[in-house]
Amino acid sequence: MAKQIPMVDYLVLDGDPHLTANECKECGALYYDRRNGCAHCGGADFGRRDLATTGVVRSFAIIHQASPGVTVPYVSSVVDLDGGGSVKANVLNVAPEPDNFSLGMKVKLTTFVAGTDDDGTEAIAFGFEPVAS
Amino acid sequence: MAESVWVLGASMTKIQRYPDKDLVDLGAEAARAALVDGGVTIQDMGVLGCGNMFQGMAGIGQQIQQQIGQTGIPVYNVINACATGATAVRTVYLTIMAGEADMGLAIGLEQMGKMGLLGVGGGGKSDKNVYEPSGRYGSVIPVEGILGTTLMPGVFGQAGQEYAYEHDGVGFEQFAKVAEKNHAHSSLNPLAQYQKKFSLEEVMNARMIAYPNTLPMCCPTGDGAAAVVLVSDTKLKTLSIEQQQRAVKIGASVLTSDPWAERGQIQPDINTLTRNAAKQAYEKAGIGPSDLDLVELHDCFATAELVHYDNLGLCEPGGAGAFIDSGAPWRDGSTPVNVSGGLLSKGHPIGMTGVAGVFEITTQLRGEAGDRQIEGAKVGMTHVIGLGSSCGIHILEKAAA
Repeated sequence: MAKQIPMVDYLVLDGDPHLTANECKECGALYYDRRNGCAHCGGADFGRRDLATTGVVRSFAIIHQASPGVTVPYVSSVVDLDGGGSVKANVLNVAPEPDNFSLGMKVKLTTFVAGTDDDGTEAIAFGFEPVAS
Repeated sequence: MAESVWVLGASMTKIQRYPDKDLVDLGAEAARAALVDGGVTIQDMGVLGCGNMFQGMAGIGQQIQQQIGQTGIPVYNVINACATGATAVRTVYLTIMAGEADMGLAIGLEQMGKMGLLGVGGGGKSDKNVYEPSGRYGSVIPVEGILGTTLMPGVFGQAGQEYAYEHDGVGFEQFAKVAEKNHAHSSLNPLAQYQKKFSLEEVMNARMIAYPNTLPMCCPTGDGAAAVVLVSDTKLKTLSIEQQQRAVKIGASVLTSDPWAERGQIQPDINTLTRNAAKQAYEKAGIGPSDLDLVELHDCFATAELVHYDNLGLCEPGGAGAFIDSGAPWRDGSTPVNVSGGLLSKGHPIGMTGVAGVFEITTQLRGEAGDRQIEGAKVGMTHVIGLGSSCGIHILEKAAA
């Protein structure tokens, strides 16, 4: 199997793939990026918190016009994760037609290969797919 | 210290593409016209505020001075996303309020040509042969399109969808009606980039850019400049009766940025900073939304205009869908919105837009708006918001006399 790395460092591939966030120890605010401090309370102490792999679609747009190299149409969404945290990602494995989406629909995390470098290392990205109800 | 600040002169170029002019040509044209409109000269100006986004490093304000008069006054070149022009106006406003000048010139200008999609995000790295995490998210390849979109049509599309999620009676058709209205309004504005009406069906059936925004529901790129001359109340009293009668009072000038919000780091929140700015503006002007005779708000996308009806308090809370369905924001409705054609059809040269909004309201309150005049308009609001983030609101009031 090819070597794999996450395309962003807040995606954890060990075991069951999931997202992880920097959590402010003062106020509990969650961040995906490297932090200098907390934008909510100004605190500077952070821990790691693993986030749920299920959630609901908070908003979406079906993108038909994109930057070069991006396949269209695709569905950009904001997903509110169960138990806290929101994340931006595409909704996958469903035809990109308005009728196939509803706000509040239940989704779960899935991963896919987004690219391969010259050493054969695969960059693994994440998206969300509908949960069969 | 000034008690109040007034708009004495105002001007804007038609918005279009100007391949044969440069940014300084456009800025100088608008500035000179605003000075003439105010009955003053560059020698009367005590401060210059100049808003421009894409050539912001070039000292555009000083370059314009070199064409219209170098008098040694302080120049502030400002850049503040889509609120860049409003920030230029506010810089001059603050200088006059502080008593450092009794008159000043604010210019907003942009030359975008055919820039295409703005705000390309993602990692922004060149292609690498070997993946190596870098940047604040430890990304190995650009994320745009793979982990959602940060481009404007999608971001503002989602902002509208989020409102639709939370409120009844809002969907694709309501968003499309906004574009139908603004394109119709622009047919009366000779300064608009486009002056073509579209039926609701044409809007809804047009090429999809980012559902729910079709092509005529997205603002174009374009070139243009606008300028205003501001004056203190004390200085205004020394000017001619005609100048005093045409002057328009700035009842409120407000600028806000994003407060922390839970989803703010992953998706821009265009609502909270607008609501905060509106609250401050109404308090400062001592009026409420029902006192507004017209509003120029930031309709960069049709979805954005709809949510701002609610953010600015123009409709009942949660009632933006019913508001557009009722026809209230049409020019013959109860609260005319974007009678200039708005960003959707008048155009949106980024740095120009905030000043162009002040021009439009000023022209309307003076009763000089020609075919698009809202009869008897006495109070108007202009609103802009840029991602990243900055929101500017100005409330203007017709002279009492």
